Amino acid sequence: MNIYVLVKRTFDTEEKIAVSGGKIQEDGAEFIINPYDEYAIEEAIQVRDAHGGEVTVLTMGGEDAEKQLRTALAMGADKAVLINIEDDVEEMDQFTAAYIISEYLKDKNPDLILAGNVAIDGGSGQVGPRVAELLGINYVTTITNLEINGTSVSIKRDVEGDTEVLETSLPLLVTAQQGLNEPRYPSLPGIMKAKKKPLEEVELDDLDIDEDDVEAKTETIEIYLPPKKEAGKVLEGELAEQVKELVHLLHSEAKVI
Amino acid sequence: MSKKVLVLGEAREGALRNVSYEAIAAAKQISEGGEIVSVLLGDSVKELATELVKYGADRVITVEHPHLKQYTSDGYGQALLAVIDQEKPEAIVFGHTALGKDLSPKIASKLQVGLVSDVTAIEGEGDAAVYVRPIYSGKAFEKVKVKDGIKFITIRPNNIAPLVKDDGKTGDVSSLSVEITNLRTIIKEVVRKSSEGVDLSEAKVVIAGGRGVKSEEGFAPLKELADVLGGAVGASRGACDADYCDYSLQIGQTGKVVTPDLYIAAGISGAIQHLAGMSNSKIIVAINKDPEANIFKVADYGIVGDLFEVIPMLTEEFKKLKVNA
Repeated sequence: MNIYVLVKRTFDTEEKIAVSGGKIQEDGAEFIINPYDEYAIEEAIQVRDAHGGEVTVLTMGGEDAEKQLRTALAMGADKAVLINIEDDVEEMDQFTAAYIISEYLKDKNPDLILAGNVAIDGGSGQVGPRVAELLGINYVTTITNLEINGTSVSIKRDVEGDTEVLETSLPLLVTAQQGLNEPRYPSLPGIMKAKKKPLEEVELDDLDIDEDDVEAKTETIEIYLPPKKEAGKVLEGELAEQVKELVHLLHSEAKVI
Repeated sequence: MSKKVLVLGEAREGALRNVSYEAIAAAKQISEGGEIVSVLLGDSVKELATELVKYGADRVITVEHPHLKQYTSDGYGQALLAVIDQEKPEAIVFGHTALGKDLSPKIASKLQVGLVSDVTAIEGEGDAAVYVRPIYSGKAFEKVKVKDGIKFITIRPNNIAPLVKDDGKTGDVSSLSVEITNLRTIIKEVVRKSSEGVDLSEAKVVIAGGRGVKSEEGFAPLKELADVLGGAVGASRGACDADYCDYSLQIGQTGKVVTPDLYIAAGISGAIQHLAGMSNSKIIVAINKDPEANIFKVADYGIVGDLFEVIPMLTEEFKKLKVNA
Protein backbone atom coordinates (compact mmCIF):
# COMPACT_ATOMS: atom_id res chain seq x y z
CA MET A 1 0.00 0.00 0.00
CA ASN A 2 1.21 3.45 -0.94
CA ILE A 3 0.70 5.59 2.16
CA TYR A 4 1.38 9.30 2.61
CA VAL A 5 1.24 11.30 5.82
CA LEU A 6 0.88 15.08 5.79
CA VAL A 7 2.90 16.52 8.64
CA LYS A 8 3.25 20.04 9.99
CA ARG A 9 5.98 21.49 12.15
CA THR A 10 4.38 23.48 14.95
CA PHE A 11 5.20 25.29 18.17
CA ASP A 12 5.60 23.09 21.21
CA THR A 13 2.34 23.10 23.13
CA GLU A 14 4.11 24.32 26.25
CA GLU A 15 5.60 27.38 24.57
CA LYS A 16 4.51 30.80 25.67
CA ILE A 17 3.37 32.86 22.73
CA ALA A 18 4.88 36.30 22.24
CA VAL A 19 4.14 38.75 19.45
CA SER A 20 6.55 41.29 18.07
CA GLY A 21 6.36 43.30 14.88
CA GLY A 22 2.95 41.79 14.14
CA LYS A 23 4.37 38.26 14.05
CA ILE A 24 4.58 35.37 16.47
CA GLN A 25 8.10 35.34 17.97
CA GLU A 26 9.80 32.13 16.91
CA ASP A 27 13.29 32.78 18.26
CA GLY A 28 14.33 30.15 20.72
CA ALA A 29 10.97 28.40 20.63
CA GLU A 30 10.81 24.60 20.63
CA PHE A 31 9.17 23.02 17.62
CA ILE A 32 7.43 19.67 17.41
CA ILE A 33 5.37 17.56 15.04
CA ASN A 34 1.80 18.80 15.30
CA PRO A 35 0.33 16.41 17.94
CA TYR A 36 -2.60 15.32 15.73
CA ASP A 37 -0.13 14.47 12.95
CA GLU A 38 1.62 12.08 15.34
CA TYR A 39 -1.56 10.00 15.46
CA ALA A 40 -1.55 10.03 11.66
CA ILE A 41 2.07 8.85 11.49
CA GLU A 42 1.45 6.09 14.05
CA GLU A 43 -1.63 4.88 12.18
CA ALA A 44 0.24 4.89 8.87
CA ILE A 45 3.00 2.73 10.36
CA GLN A 46 0.44 0.28 11.79
CA VAL A 47 -1.40 0.04 8.48
CA ARG A 48 1.87 -0.61 6.64
CA ASP A 49 2.92 -3.26 9.17
CA ALA A 50 -0.43 -5.01 8.74
CA HIS A 51 -0.85 -4.68 4.98
CA GLY A 52 2.61 -4.05 3.61
CA GLY A 53 3.72 -1.10 1.52
CA GLU A 54 5.52 2.11 2.24
CA VAL A 55 4.94 5.19 4.38
CA THR A 56 6.09 8.55 3.08
CA VAL A 57 5.88 11.57 5.36
CA LEU A 58 5.47 14.88 3.61
CA THR A 59 5.77 18.40 4.87
CA MET A 60 5.91 21.86 3.43
CA GLY A 61 8.02 24.62 4.83
CA GLY A 62 11.67 25.49 5.24
CA GLU A 63 14.88 23.57 6.00
CA ASP A 64 13.99 23.63 9.69
CA ALA A 65 11.19 21.13 9.09
CA GLU A 66 13.78 18.42 8.33
CA LYS A 67 14.04 17.79 12.04
CA GLN A 68 10.36 16.84 12.33
CA LEU A 69 10.64 14.65 9.21
CA ARG A 70 13.62 12.82 10.75
CA THR A 71 11.55 12.26 13.89
CA ALA A 72 8.77 10.73 11.79
CA LEU A 73 11.35 8.52 10.04
CA ALA A 74 12.66 7.49 13.45
CA MET A 75 9.14 6.49 14.48
CA GLY A 76 9.11 4.15 11.49
CA ALA A 77 8.15 5.97 8.32
CA ASP A 78 10.13 4.82 5.27
CA LYS A 79 10.71 8.01 3.31
CA ALA A 80 10.30 11.72 3.71
CA VAL A 81 9.59 14.62 1.39
CA LEU A 82 10.18 18.27 2.13
CA ILE A 83 8.49 20.70 -0.20
CA ASN A 84 10.74 23.64 0.41
CA ILE A 85 8.87 26.88 -0.21
CA GLU A 86 11.14 29.12 1.83
CA ASP A 87 12.40 31.13 -1.14
CA ASP A 88 9.27 31.05 -3.27
CA VAL A 89 6.24 31.70 -1.14
CA GLU A 90 6.01 34.76 1.06
CA GLU A 91 2.38 34.79 2.07
CA MET A 92 0.45 31.56 2.15
CA ASP A 93 -2.90 30.32 3.33
CA GLN A 94 -4.72 26.99 3.29
CA PHE A 95 -5.49 27.36 -0.40
CA THR A 96 -1.77 27.74 -1.11
CA ALA A 97 -0.77 24.79 1.05
CA ALA A 98 -3.39 22.42 -0.34
CA TYR A 99 -2.60 23.37 -3.93
CA ILE A 100 1.12 22.73 -3.57
CA ILE A 101 0.68 19.47 -1.68
CA SER A 102 -1.87 18.13 -4.18
CA GLU A 103 0.37 19.08 -7.11
CA TYR A 104 3.09 16.96 -5.54
CA LEU A 105 0.76 14.04 -4.84
CA LYS A 106 -1.24 14.01 -8.06
CA ASP A 107 1.02 11.56 -9.93
CA LYS A 108 2.03 9.50 -6.87
CA ASN A 109 -1.16 7.41 -6.79
CA PRO A 110 -1.52 7.22 -3.03
CA ASP A 111 -3.88 4.57 -1.70
CA LEU A 112 -4.17 6.21 1.67
CA ILE A 113 -3.29 9.71 2.87
CA LEU A 114 -3.33 10.52 6.56
CA ALA A 115 -3.13 13.89 8.28
CA GLY A 116 -3.94 15.43 11.63
CA ASN A 117 -7.47 16.79 11.85
CA VAL A 118 -6.17 20.21 12.78
CA ALA A 119 -2.84 21.92 13.42
CA ILE A 120 -2.54 23.46 16.83
CA ASP A 121 -1.03 26.68 15.47
CA GLY A 122 -3.22 27.84 12.58
CA GLY A 123 -6.11 25.69 13.70
CA SER A 124 -8.17 25.78 10.52
CA GLY A 125 -8.34 22.05 9.74
CA GLN A 126 -8.74 22.82 6.05
CA VAL A 127 -5.72 21.38 4.29
CA GLY A 128 -6.61 17.67 4.53
CA PRO A 129 -10.09 17.92 2.97
CA ARG A 130 -8.87 20.48 0.44
CA VAL A 131 -6.11 18.13 -0.73
CA ALA A 132 -8.57 15.25 -1.07
CA GLU A 133 -10.92 17.40 -3.11
CA LEU A 134 -8.10 18.54 -5.39
CA LEU A 135 -7.00 14.94 -5.90
CA GLY A 136 -10.61 13.87 -6.50
CA ILE A 137 -10.55 11.28 -3.72
CA ASN A 138 -12.89 10.79 -0.77
CA TYR A 139 -12.01 11.95 2.74
CA VAL A 140 -13.15 11.29 6.29
CA THR A 141 -12.20 13.67 9.10
CA THR A 142 -11.59 13.20 12.85
CA ILE A 143 -11.29 9.42 12.75
CA THR A 144 -10.78 7.35 15.89
CA ASN A 145 -10.59 3.90 14.31
CA LEU A 146 -9.50 2.58 10.92
CA GLU A 147 -9.84 -0.93 9.52
CA ILE A 148 -8.79 -1.81 6.00
CA ASN A 149 -9.86 -4.95 4.20
CA GLY A 150 -8.71 -5.06 0.57
CA THR A 151 -10.01 -1.76 -0.76
CA SER A 152 -12.90 -1.56 1.72
CA VAL A 153 -12.43 0.68 4.71
CA SER A 154 -14.40 0.70 7.97
CA ILE A 155 -14.04 3.84 10.02
CA LYS A 156 -15.21 5.23 13.30
CA ARG A 157 -15.14 9.00 13.51
CA ASP A 158 -15.73 11.44 16.30
CA VAL A 159 -18.59 13.84 15.65
CA GLU A 160 -18.66 16.27 18.54
CA GLY A 161 -18.51 13.42 21.01
CA ASP A 162 -20.75 10.97 19.17
CA THR A 163 -19.25 8.12 17.19
CA GLU A 164 -20.16 7.66 13.57
CA VAL A 165 -19.53 4.23 12.07
CA LEU A 166 -19.07 4.27 8.33
CA GLU A 167 -17.89 2.35 5.30
CA THR A 168 -15.91 3.68 2.41
CA SER A 169 -13.11 2.59 0.13
CA LEU A 170 -9.58 3.36 -1.02
CA PRO A 171 -8.14 5.65 -2.25
CA LEU A 172 -8.94 7.80 0.73
CA LEU A 173 -7.71 10.68 2.86
CA VAL A 174 -8.38 10.56 6.59
CA THR A 175 -7.63 13.04 9.35
CA ALA A 176 -6.74 11.76 12.80
CA GLN A 177 -8.52 12.59 16.02
CA GLN A 178 -7.18 11.93 19.47
CA GLY A 179 -8.01 8.40 20.55
CA LEU A 180 -7.01 6.85 17.21
CA ASN A 181 -3.91 5.28 18.76
CA GLU A 182 -1.00 5.92 21.10
CA PRO A 183 1.85 7.35 19.04
CA ARG A 184 5.13 5.60 19.74
CA TYR A 185 8.30 7.37 20.78
CA PRO A 186 11.20 6.99 18.38
CA SER A 187 13.51 4.23 19.61
CA LEU A 188 17.28 4.65 19.66
CA PRO A 189 17.80 2.16 16.79
CA GLY A 190 14.95 3.97 15.03
CA ILE A 191 16.77 7.28 15.39
CA MET A 192 20.00 5.72 14.03
CA LYS A 193 18.16 4.20 11.06
CA ALA A 194 16.31 7.44 10.34
CA LYS A 195 19.57 9.17 9.51
CA LYS A 196 20.02 6.92 6.51
CA LYS A 197 16.45 6.94 5.26
CA PRO A 198 15.77 8.94 2.09
CA LEU A 199 14.66 12.54 2.50
CA GLU A 200 13.78 14.17 -0.79
CA GLU A 201 13.64 17.93 -1.12
CA VAL A 202 11.61 19.59 -3.87
CA GLU A 203 10.84 23.18 -4.74
CA LEU A 204 7.98 24.81 -6.63
CA ASP A 205 9.99 24.72 -9.86
CA ASP A 206 10.29 20.94 -9.62
CA LEU A 207 6.50 20.78 -9.42
CA ASP A 208 6.00 23.18 -12.32
CA ILE A 209 4.13 25.54 -10.06
CA ASP A 210 4.14 29.23 -10.84
CA GLU A 211 4.19 31.53 -7.80
CA ASP A 212 1.06 33.27 -9.11
CA ASP A 213 -0.85 29.97 -9.05
CA VAL A 214 -0.47 29.74 -5.31
CA GLU A 215 -1.18 33.30 -4.30
CA ALA A 216 -3.06 33.26 -1.01
CA LYS A 217 -6.78 34.07 -1.11
CA THR A 218 -6.78 35.45 2.40
CA GLU A 219 -4.40 37.72 4.23
CA THR A 220 -3.51 37.99 7.89
CA ILE A 221 -3.38 41.68 8.68
CA GLU A 222 -2.74 41.55 12.40
CA ILE A 223 -1.68 39.12 15.10
CA TYR A 224 -2.16 40.01 18.74
CA LEU A 225 -2.36 38.50 22.19
CA PRO A 226 -5.66 38.30 24.04
CA PRO A 227 -6.13 40.98 26.69
CA LYS A 228 -4.58 39.93 30.00
CA LYS A 229 -7.15 38.70 32.41
CA GLU A 230 -7.33 40.54 35.70
CA ALA A 231 -6.76 38.46 38.75
CA GLY A 232 -10.00 36.89 39.87
CA LYS A 233 -11.65 36.97 43.22
CA VAL A 234 -10.95 34.05 45.53
CA LEU A 235 -13.79 33.96 48.02
CA GLU A 236 -13.26 33.70 51.76
CA GLY A 237 -15.17 32.80 54.87
CA GLU A 238 -17.37 29.82 55.76
CA LEU A 239 -17.80 27.47 52.82
CA ALA A 240 -21.59 27.79 52.89
CA GLU A 241 -21.27 31.57 52.81
CA GLN A 242 -18.79 31.39 49.94
CA VAL A 243 -21.21 29.31 47.93
CA LYS A 244 -24.04 31.78 48.59
CA GLU A 245 -21.79 34.67 47.62
CA LEU A 246 -20.69 32.93 44.44
CA VAL A 247 -24.27 32.32 43.33
CA HIS A 248 -25.08 35.94 44.11
CA LEU A 249 -22.03 37.19 42.13
CA LEU A 250 -22.83 35.02 39.13
CA HIS A 251 -26.41 36.22 39.18
CA SER A 252 -26.02 39.92 39.98
CA GLU A 253 -22.46 40.93 39.07
CA ALA A 254 -21.48 38.63 36.18
CA LYS A 255 -25.11 38.16 35.14
CA VAL A 256 -24.44 34.78 33.56
CA ILE A 257 -27.16 32.94 35.49
CA MET B 1 -21.86 47.37 -1.77
CA SER B 2 -24.57 45.05 -0.61
CA LYS B 3 -23.91 41.36 -0.94
CA LYS B 4 -25.99 38.25 -1.21
CA VAL B 5 -24.94 35.88 1.56
CA LEU B 6 -25.68 32.18 1.73
CA VAL B 7 -25.96 30.67 5.22
CA LEU B 8 -26.02 26.96 5.95
CA GLY B 9 -28.60 26.07 8.58
CA GLU B 10 -27.82 23.02 10.65
CA ALA B 11 -30.30 20.75 12.38
CA ARG B 12 -29.52 18.19 15.02
CA GLU B 13 -32.11 15.61 15.98
CA GLY B 14 -34.91 17.55 14.36
CA ALA B 15 -34.10 20.97 15.79
CA LEU B 16 -32.01 23.83 14.45
CA ARG B 17 -28.75 24.44 16.26
CA ASN B 18 -28.18 27.91 17.70
CA VAL B 19 -25.17 28.39 15.47
CA SER B 20 -27.58 28.53 12.50
CA TYR B 21 -29.03 31.76 13.94
CA GLU B 22 -25.60 33.09 14.88
CA ALA B 23 -24.49 32.51 11.30
CA ILE B 24 -27.40 34.63 10.07
CA ALA B 25 -26.23 37.47 12.34
CA ALA B 26 -22.71 37.13 10.92
CA ALA B 27 -24.15 37.12 7.41
CA LYS B 28 -26.08 40.31 8.16
CA GLN B 29 -22.85 42.09 8.96
CA ILE B 30 -21.12 40.89 5.81
CA SER B 31 -24.16 41.58 3.62
CA GLU B 32 -24.35 45.37 4.12
CA GLY B 33 -28.08 45.21 3.51
CA GLY B 34 -27.90 42.49 0.86
CA GLU B 35 -30.10 39.43 0.81
CA ILE B 36 -29.55 36.63 3.29
CA VAL B 37 -30.46 33.22 1.99
CA SER B 38 -30.48 30.30 4.41
CA VAL B 39 -30.05 26.78 3.12
CA LEU B 40 -31.38 23.67 4.80
CA LEU B 41 -30.33 20.20 3.68
CA GLY B 42 -31.87 16.93 4.86
CA ASP B 43 -34.57 14.39 4.18
CA SER B 44 -37.33 16.40 5.83
CA VAL B 45 -36.37 19.90 6.92
CA LYS B 46 -39.02 22.19 5.44
CA GLU B 47 -40.86 22.80 8.71
CA LEU B 48 -37.70 24.29 10.23
CA ALA B 49 -37.42 26.96 7.53
CA THR B 50 -39.73 29.61 9.03
CA GLU B 51 -37.63 29.65 12.19
CA LEU B 52 -34.63 30.82 10.14
CA VAL B 53 -36.74 33.63 8.67
CA LYS B 54 -37.75 34.79 12.15
CA TYR B 55 -34.07 35.01 13.04
CA GLY B 56 -33.26 37.19 10.06
CA ALA B 57 -33.02 35.12 6.87
CA ASP B 58 -34.78 36.82 3.94
CA ARG B 59 -35.33 33.59 2.11
CA VAL B 60 -34.82 29.88 2.70
CA ILE B 61 -33.95 27.22 0.16
CA THR B 62 -34.41 23.60 1.13
CA VAL B 63 -32.95 20.59 -0.60
CA GLU B 64 -34.67 17.41 0.53
CA HIS B 65 -33.47 13.98 -0.50
CA PRO B 66 -33.38 10.57 1.23
CA HIS B 67 -29.58 10.60 0.76
CA LEU B 68 -29.35 13.78 2.82
CA LYS B 69 -30.88 12.20 5.93
CA GLN B 70 -27.37 11.78 7.27
CA TYR B 71 -24.49 14.07 6.56
CA THR B 72 -21.87 12.94 4.08
CA SER B 73 -19.46 15.34 2.42
CA ASP B 74 -20.46 13.97 -1.00
CA GLY B 75 -24.21 14.31 -0.45
CA TYR B 76 -24.17 17.68 1.22
CA GLY B 77 -21.46 18.87 -1.15
CA GLN B 78 -23.54 18.10 -4.23
CA ALA B 79 -26.66 19.70 -2.75
CA LEU B 80 -24.89 22.83 -1.61
CA LEU B 81 -22.93 23.32 -4.83
CA ALA B 82 -26.25 23.14 -6.72
CA VAL B 83 -27.66 25.90 -4.51
CA ILE B 84 -24.47 27.98 -4.91
CA ASP B 85 -24.68 27.52 -8.65
CA GLN B 86 -28.27 28.77 -8.67
CA GLU B 87 -27.83 31.65 -6.22
CA LYS B 88 -24.31 32.83 -7.01
CA PRO B 89 -23.72 34.24 -3.51
CA GLU B 90 -20.93 36.71 -2.79
CA ALA B 91 -20.38 35.32 0.68
CA ILE B 92 -21.05 32.04 2.52
CA VAL B 93 -21.30 31.42 6.26
CA PHE B 94 -21.23 28.03 8.01
CA GLY B 95 -21.06 27.13 11.68
CA HIS B 96 -17.64 25.85 12.77
CA THR B 97 -19.23 22.58 13.85
CA ALA B 98 -18.23 19.00 13.01
CA LEU B 99 -20.32 19.34 9.87
CA GLY B 100 -19.07 22.81 8.99
CA LYS B 101 -15.43 21.86 9.55
CA ASP B 102 -15.80 18.78 7.38
CA LEU B 103 -17.75 20.34 4.51
CA SER B 104 -16.42 23.90 4.20
CA PRO B 105 -12.90 23.05 2.93
CA LYS B 106 -14.38 20.83 0.23
CA ILE B 107 -16.69 23.59 -0.99
CA ALA B 108 -13.95 26.22 -0.78
CA SER B 109 -11.59 23.98 -2.72
CA LYS B 110 -14.22 23.32 -5.38
CA LEU B 111 -14.94 27.05 -5.75
CA GLN B 112 -11.19 27.80 -5.62
CA VAL B 113 -11.69 30.40 -2.90
CA GLY B 114 -10.24 31.20 0.48
CA LEU B 115 -11.92 30.15 3.69
CA VAL B 116 -11.59 31.79 7.07
CA SER B 117 -12.30 29.11 9.69
CA ASP B 118 -13.38 29.40 13.29
CA VAL B 119 -14.23 33.09 13.29
CA THR B 120 -15.16 34.51 16.72
CA ALA B 121 -15.86 38.13 15.73
CA ILE B 122 -16.30 40.27 12.66
CA GLU B 123 -15.10 43.87 12.53
CA GLY B 124 -16.44 46.21 9.88
CA GLU B 125 -18.86 45.35 7.12
CA GLY B 126 -18.97 44.05 3.57
CA ASP B 127 -15.72 44.16 1.63
CA ALA B 128 -14.00 45.94 4.51
CA ALA B 129 -14.92 43.18 6.96
CA VAL B 130 -12.08 41.77 8.98
CA TYR B 131 -12.44 38.36 10.58
CA VAL B 132 -11.04 37.66 14.03
CA ARG B 133 -10.02 34.10 14.83
CA PRO B 134 -8.05 32.43 17.61
CA ILE B 135 -4.72 30.83 16.74
CA TYR B 136 -2.25 28.81 18.81
CA SER B 137 -5.19 27.29 20.70
CA GLY B 138 -6.50 30.68 21.79
CA LYS B 139 -3.12 31.91 23.03
CA ALA B 140 -3.20 34.55 20.27
CA PHE B 141 -5.63 35.99 17.76
CA GLU B 142 -5.33 36.97 14.14
CA LYS B 143 -7.32 39.32 11.98
CA VAL B 144 -7.85 38.02 8.47
CA LYS B 145 -9.08 39.73 5.33
CA VAL B 146 -10.40 37.97 2.27
CA LYS B 147 -8.49 39.32 -0.72
CA ASP B 148 -10.98 38.63 -3.47
CA GLY B 149 -13.56 36.12 -4.58
CA ILE B 150 -16.35 34.73 -2.43
CA LYS B 151 -16.05 35.56 1.25
CA PHE B 152 -16.37 32.21 2.95
CA ILE B 153 -16.22 31.85 6.71
CA THR B 154 -17.14 29.42 9.46
CA ILE B 155 -18.09 30.87 12.83
CA ARG B 156 -17.35 29.38 16.23
CA PRO B 157 -20.56 28.61 18.15
CA ASN B 158 -21.48 30.85 21.09
CA ASN B 159 -19.45 33.89 20.02
CA ILE B 160 -21.57 35.96 17.64
CA ALA B 161 -24.94 36.89 19.12
CA PRO B 162 -27.99 35.97 17.05
CA LEU B 163 -30.38 38.71 15.92
CA VAL B 164 -33.49 39.33 18.00
CA LYS B 165 -36.21 36.94 16.92
CA ASP B 166 -39.03 38.59 14.99
CA ASP B 167 -42.09 36.34 15.05
CA GLY B 168 -43.89 38.54 12.54
CA LYS B 169 -41.19 38.31 9.85
CA THR B 170 -42.06 36.37 6.72
CA GLY B 171 -39.94 35.18 3.85
CA ASP B 172 -40.08 32.92 0.84
CA VAL B 173 -39.32 29.22 1.35
CA SER B 174 -38.52 27.35 -1.82
CA SER B 175 -37.18 23.92 -2.55
CA LEU B 176 -34.54 22.92 -5.02
CA SER B 177 -34.44 19.45 -6.43
CA VAL B 178 -30.92 18.07 -6.71
CA GLU B 179 -29.79 14.68 -7.91
CA ILE B 180 -27.59 13.12 -5.26
CA THR B 181 -25.44 10.35 -6.70
CA ASN B 182 -22.31 8.37 -6.14
CA LEU B 183 -21.95 8.67 -2.37
CA ARG B 184 -18.53 7.28 -1.49
CA THR B 185 -19.28 7.06 2.22
CA ILE B 186 -22.07 5.01 3.78
CA ILE B 187 -23.01 5.83 7.36
CA LYS B 188 -23.78 2.58 9.17
CA GLU B 189 -24.59 3.85 12.62
CA VAL B 190 -24.27 6.83 14.90
CA VAL B 191 -23.50 5.96 18.51
CA ARG B 192 -24.65 8.78 20.75
CA LYS B 193 -22.15 9.26 23.54
CA SER B 194 -22.64 12.91 24.28
CA SER B 195 -25.11 13.57 27.03
CA GLU B 196 -28.63 13.96 25.79
CA GLY B 197 -29.93 17.48 25.48
CA VAL B 198 -27.21 20.06 25.76
CA ASP B 199 -24.41 20.05 23.25
CA LEU B 200 -21.05 20.69 24.93
CA SER B 201 -19.74 23.03 22.22
CA GLU B 202 -22.92 25.14 22.22
CA ALA B 203 -23.67 25.02 25.95
CA LYS B 204 -24.07 28.34 27.76
CA VAL B 205 -22.92 26.68 30.96
CA VAL B 206 -20.20 24.03 31.24
CA ILE B 207 -19.37 22.15 34.44
CA ALA B 208 -16.01 20.46 33.95
CA GLY B 209 -14.31 17.93 36.16
CA GLY B 210 -10.66 17.02 36.44
CA ARG B 211 -8.60 14.46 38.29
CA GLY B 212 -10.10 15.78 41.51
CA VAL B 213 -13.36 14.10 40.55
CA LYS B 214 -11.58 10.83 41.43
CA SER B 215 -13.95 8.33 39.76
CA GLU B 216 -16.68 7.83 37.22
CA GLU B 217 -19.27 8.20 39.98
CA GLY B 218 -17.60 11.46 40.97
CA PHE B 219 -19.11 13.08 37.89
CA ALA B 220 -22.66 12.58 39.22
CA PRO B 221 -22.80 15.78 41.30
CA LEU B 222 -21.38 17.71 38.33
CA LYS B 223 -24.11 16.31 36.12
CA GLU B 224 -26.72 17.30 38.66
CA LEU B 225 -25.46 20.88 38.73
CA ALA B 226 -25.33 20.96 34.93
CA ASP B 227 -28.95 19.79 34.78
CA VAL B 228 -30.09 22.51 37.15
CA LEU B 229 -28.32 25.16 35.06
CA GLY B 230 -29.27 23.70 31.69
CA GLY B 231 -25.60 23.15 30.96
CA ALA B 232 -23.30 20.37 29.82
CA VAL B 233 -20.60 18.37 31.58
CA GLY B 234 -17.02 18.49 30.34
CA ALA B 235 -13.70 17.14 31.56
CA SER B 236 -9.97 17.71 31.55
CA ARG B 237 -7.62 15.33 29.81
CA GLY B 238 -6.53 14.06 33.22
CA ALA B 239 -10.03 12.87 34.01
CA CYS B 240 -10.37 11.22 30.59
CA ASP B 241 -6.96 9.54 30.78
CA ALA B 242 -7.88 8.20 34.21
CA ASP B 243 -11.01 6.68 32.64
CA TYR B 244 -13.42 8.66 34.79
CA CYS B 245 -15.28 9.71 31.65
CA ASP B 246 -15.41 9.37 27.91
CA TYR B 247 -12.99 11.31 25.70
CA SER B 248 -16.01 12.90 24.09
CA LEU B 249 -16.13 15.18 27.14
CA GLN B 250 -12.53 16.34 26.90
CA ILE B 251 -11.93 20.07 26.75
CA GLY B 252 -8.53 21.37 25.81
CA GLN B 253 -5.94 21.66 23.12
CA THR B 254 -6.74 18.11 22.09
CA GLY B 255 -10.46 17.80 22.58
CA LYS B 256 -13.12 20.44 22.39
CA VAL B 257 -12.82 24.19 22.53
CA VAL B 258 -15.68 25.77 24.42
CA THR B 259 -16.65 29.38 25.06
CA PRO B 260 -19.70 29.27 27.34
CA ASP B 261 -21.02 32.19 29.40
CA LEU B 262 -20.12 30.27 32.55
CA TYR B 263 -17.38 27.66 32.95
CA ILE B 264 -17.08 25.93 36.30
CA ALA B 265 -13.83 24.01 36.68
CA ALA B 266 -14.07 21.49 39.50
CA GLY B 267 -10.94 19.67 40.61
CA ILE B 268 -9.04 20.84 37.54
CA SER B 269 -5.49 22.06 38.10
CA GLY B 270 -5.42 24.15 34.93
CA ALA B 271 -2.65 22.77 32.71
CA ILE B 272 -1.88 25.04 29.79
CA GLN B 273 -3.40 22.48 27.39
CA HIS B 274 -6.68 22.60 29.28
CA LEU B 275 -6.72 26.39 29.34
CA ALA B 276 -6.41 26.34 25.55
CA GLY B 277 -9.87 24.78 25.43
CA MET B 278 -11.73 27.09 27.78
CA SER B 279 -9.82 30.29 28.57
CA ASN B 280 -12.04 32.36 26.27
CA SER B 281 -15.14 31.52 28.31
CA LYS B 282 -16.93 34.64 29.54
CA ILE B 283 -16.89 33.82 33.25
CA ILE B 284 -14.68 31.15 34.79
CA VAL B 285 -15.22 29.71 38.25
CA ALA B 286 -12.54 27.53 39.82
CA ILE B 287 -13.18 25.09 42.61
CA ASN B 288 -10.05 23.35 43.85
CA LYS B 289 -8.58 22.15 47.11
CA ASP B 290 -5.16 23.49 46.17
CA PRO B 291 -5.05 27.29 46.51
CA GLU B 292 -1.91 27.30 44.32
CA ALA B 293 -3.65 25.57 41.41
CA ASN B 294 -2.99 27.28 38.09
CA ILE B 295 -6.72 27.40 37.32
CA PHE B 296 -7.19 30.22 39.84
CA LYS B 297 -5.00 32.43 37.65
CA VAL B 298 -7.59 32.47 34.88
CA ALA B 299 -10.67 32.27 37.10
CA ASP B 300 -12.97 35.22 37.70
CA TYR B 301 -14.16 33.66 40.93
CA GLY B 302 -12.57 30.95 42.99
CA ILE B 303 -13.48 28.79 45.92
CA VAL B 304 -10.71 26.90 47.67
CA GLY B 305 -12.40 23.74 48.85
CA ASP B 306 -13.46 20.19 48.20
CA LEU B 307 -15.59 19.95 45.08
CA PHE B 308 -17.67 17.18 46.66
CA GLU B 309 -18.74 19.67 49.32
CA VAL B 310 -18.98 22.75 47.14
CA ILE B 311 -20.77 21.40 44.06
CA PRO B 312 -23.83 19.95 45.89
CA MET B 313 -24.12 23.19 47.87
CA LEU B 314 -23.98 25.17 44.62
CA THR B 315 -26.67 22.96 43.14
CA GLU B 316 -28.94 23.67 46.11
CA GLU B 317 -28.29 27.42 45.94
CA PHE B 318 -29.02 27.57 42.22
CA LYS B 319 -32.23 25.59 42.78
CA LYS B 320 -33.31 28.19 45.34
CA LEU B 321 -32.42 30.98 42.92
CA LYS B 322 -34.54 29.36 40.23
CA VAL B 323 -37.50 28.97 42.56
CA ASN B 324 -37.30 32.63 43.55
CA ALA B 325 -36.82 33.91 40.03
